Amino acid sequence: MSEDPPTAPAVEASALTVQLGERTVLEQVTFAIPTAAVLAVVGPNGSGKTTLLKALLGLVKPASGRVLVLGTSPERLQPGSIGYVPQIKTLDRTFPGTSIDLVVSGLRRRWPWRIGDSERTRALAALRLVGAEQLADQPIAELSGGELQRVYLSRAAARDPRLIMLDEPATGIDMVGEETIYRFIDACHRSGTATVVIVTHDLSVAFHHATHVLLLNRRAIGFGPPRVVLSEDSLGRAYGHAEHRPAGRLGAGPYD
Amino acid sequence: MIEALDQPFIQRALAAGILVGALGSYFGVFVVQRGLSFLGDGLAHAAFGGVALGLLLGMEPLWVAVPFTVAVALGISWVRERTRLGADTAIGIFFSVSVALGVVFLSMTGRYTADAFTFLFGSILAVSEADLLVMSLVALATALGWRLWGRWAYATFDRELALADHLPVVRDDYFLTAYIAVAIVVGVKLVGIILITAFLVIPAATAHLFARSFTGMTVLAESLSVTSSLVGLALSYQLDIPSGATIILVQAASFFASMALTRVVRHP
Repeated sequence: MSEDPPTAPAVEASALTVQLGERTVLEQVTFAIPTAAVLAVVGPNGSGKTTLLKALLGLVKPASGRVLVLGTSPERLQPGSIGYVPQIKTLDRTFPGTSIDLVVSGLRRRWPWRIGDSERTRALAALRLVGAEQLADQPIAELSGGELQRVYLSRAAARDPRLIMLDEPATGIDMVGEETIYRFIDACHRSGTATVVIVTHDLSVAFHHATHVLLLNRRAIGFGPPRVVLSEDSLGRAYGHAEHRPAGRLGAGPYD
Repeated sequence: MIEALDQPFIQRALAAGILVGALGSYFGVFVVQRGLSFLGDGLAHAAFGGVALGLLLGMEPLWVAVPFTVAVALGISWVRERTRLGADTAIGIFFSVSVALGVVFLSMTGRYTADAFTFLFGSILAVSEADLLVMSLVALATALGWRLWGRWAYATFDRELALADHLPVVRDDYFLTAYIAVAIVVGVKLVGIILITAFLVIPAATAHLFARSFTGMTVLAESLSVTSSLVGLALSYQLDIPSGATIILVQAASFFASMALTRVVRHP
């Protein structure tokens, strides 16, 4: 083998503009991240973070500009190559199902009528990754927020995805649950195969766990390494006031 | 009671009870889990418009009511897709238009419309060979579409996950609505327009009280529904009371008994 060929960006947006009805939610957003990067998308409420994730998933269409995920448009992407972890607060807790049903639904892309032995083995292995094996046969209605988040993580991991997208994964869960999530993200980064996009309002998470930060407020206010983007100056521009001044408690990021 | 089984109309009623019970509860689990019981009610009333049109045209009412109700069902989905109105509003509009049309059609037939009352309240005597044929065809179409269960269930659990996985969620929803419409229409002869929603809602709701999995909920709803139909028909024959209403009272009794039971089990 000679030199590695120059690799295409894992995720790329060029002049991406998204409109929901009359409202422009994202305007001229441009960025690109390489394979195995960890991109944190941060910004105030209503800044278009979740919409950006939906555009990457192909759930909303750009009004102009374009998005490329793993070198192709989101609609043409093999769904199995993406592991999507939605916000757990949107989950229907009244749905009768167990953790393992949820994990297998990720493998099959449909809800399982019954689970075969090989599928069960695969799903249990994925649950073990995040220390949630004992939750396999628990009804999802009885899981805590942190437990549910771990089940969702293993659901995404079970597919062996090349890109993992997480939407506010730490919302409504305890510290231990958060730990698991960030250990998982760090492991993805170290493995060098999976790229991670994480939407978060937690700037210290972006600082400590991300290789790249995209600071959004409808437009891309900043994009680059955490310590550059999360400067007081650009935060001030994104949030419009000086209350979000995280620098003091951030310390050094792990990938600087 | 046993000799009653020799009578063809009883045989037809029992077969219809099993088929309608099985169909209603199969789609009922989605209706209950998606919070669509008002859709069931709306489509049942849409069926009234279709039945009245059939009577006006002098055709077999079911053959007209099935396409009419499916058209209304698709109309409701279409309005929802294209406006920002809530589902209940779209249903409310089509519901009243269908009933209004039904009333106009019935007045235009200009004769005594005892048939229409059969459709409103259902009758054990009303189930014909042709009705059983339609019911069997619908059951067959449902069985042939068994693969949709997993996709419907997935989108019921989380629509966005299903969309992110590139499933044809919108098209599947149209199919589900059309299937629900057909299941309702074929049940109206036995149960009546006013009461048919119960077949969608009550057995599935009872099953939800116990189920730990969606498969379990589906199987349990099916069993409860078919059993309630058979018990209800037997009681209806024995006590000489209307069949549809009796079946629904049996369903309701099992629901409230189950509620009491689950309370006892969970809070001894």
